[in-house]
Amino acid sequence: MKHPSTFWPRGTVYGTLLNFDAELRALGEQVTQAPYKAAPQAPVLYVKTANTWSASGADIAVPARVSEVEVGASIAMVMGAPRFDALGGPAKPCVAGYVLVNDVSLPHTSFFRPPVKAKCLDGFLGVGPVCITPNEAGDPSGFVLEVRVNGALRQTVRFSEALRDAATLLADVSSFMRMRPGDLLLLGCGPDRPLAGAGDHITISAPGHAAFGTLANQLVAQEAA
Amino acid sequence: MKHARIAWAGAVHDAIEHQGQLLLADGRTVAQDDVVWLPPFAPVSRPRTILALGLNYADHARELAFKPPEEPLVFVKGEGTLLGHRGFTIRPPGVGHMHYECELVVVVGKAAKGVKRQDAYDFVGGYTVANDYAIRDYLENWYRPNLRVKNRDTCTPIGPWLVDAADIADPMQLALETTVNGNRTQSGNTRDMIFDIPFLIEYFSSFMTLQPGDLILTGTPDGVVDCQPGDMVITAIEGVGALCNTIVQGTPCASTT
Repeated sequence: MKHPSTFWPRGTVYGTLLNFDAELRALGEQVTQAPYKAAPQAPVLYVKTANTWSASGADIAVPARVSEVEVGASIAMVMGAPRFDALGGPAKPCVAGYVLVNDVSLPHTSFFRPPVKAKCLDGFLGVGPVCITPNEAGDPSGFVLEVRVNGALRQTVRFSEALRDAATLLADVSSFMRMRPGDLLLLGCGPDRPLAGAGDHITISAPGHAAFGTLANQLVAQEAA
Repeated sequence: MKHARIAWAGAVHDAIEHQGQLLLADGRTVAQDDVVWLPPFAPVSRPRTILALGLNYADHARELAFKPPEEPLVFVKGEGTLLGHRGFTIRPPGVGHMHYECELVVVVGKAAKGVKRQDAYDFVGGYTVANDYAIRDYLENWYRPNLRVKNRDTCTPIGPWLVDAADIADPMQLALETTVNGNRTQSGNTRDMIFDIPFLIEYFSSFMTLQPGDLILTGTPDGVVDCQPGDMVITAIEGVGALCNTIVQGTPCASTT
């Protein structure tokens, strides 16, 4: 199958927080204390609104009021048309492919309220160049991401360590909201997400899955209004 | 002018309200009872951004035992949760507390970035009504209100009309009212919002570019009560419209949890 030269989302982009045990462990006893009071039961989701999308190769502007942003390398499931069951019951959600993403955030330490001001800034979602097919992907638990800042390896994300693998995450999310064709669902960003600032060059690649290509974005200082 | 988007006679149509009927672009008129009502928006080339306010009326914040927020409590919805006027909203089996929320919706009219409050209304295209249902059984304290509470299929009825901004003299002086099976259960006025429309447009556009067709659901006053399958819930805002919705029981097989 020939790939389009650049992929662009058509639907809503949903992100997933705390899909790695190490993210929860890093919070320690906070998890069971106020305001959270208990570990999450359902997937913890958020939306990356359309104003956040940046193509690979595009500059991402860092607001002057912060020195650094958090780099959230992940892989998104790209939803296809659901498959109906002739015997009845709900149609089964289907994945059309996978794409690299860079879910940029302003660093935030409280996960009590939705992260709109931290995650929905203009340009704050780098979107990889290629949507690879499920055949090319194989088992998504085999995905490994490498995140480089100015060429230096800063984070390795192994999706074999995710709390919910791709199929489980999709099933759990679909139990309360149907994903629509063209929607994206991120598999989580892993622990130890690197920080970077204006002037830094971020690349995200998946060794073993060269078909993804490389998602590259340059962080730049936001121009004064 | 009041705009609608409807399905009728085998096609989807844009329409306007005209002498109590719907006037289609080709000049035909059709009775409001004879159509399927869709969310009243023209399609946009990218998914619309749907921002929603929590606890934006001091009385509702008190009702839920919160102190009023010092900055807007905002969550985001996907388009998949939207539902038209006279639609059916699913109450999952085994749920203990599902309530409506009558809300004035701001529909963005032109791209907005770095807008100052004194200019904010220049960026409003129109207004509509939303019923932002919540199922409190599913509340968790991570990115709360979480999407399992607030982003469910069928759980954000919206419409019936998109009313041009020019037709609403003062959107901060509108009575809101909800009835359940004809009994008034919620009443308030947009003047009691904690963060008003100009504030919200300045606030959001300070860090994100709003695009035409994006929505801001501005929160609900107090008076939310549990609703059961079969209940007809009408959320109405003075001069904007009366949005009708019926709650239906989800079945364990076909409904979501």
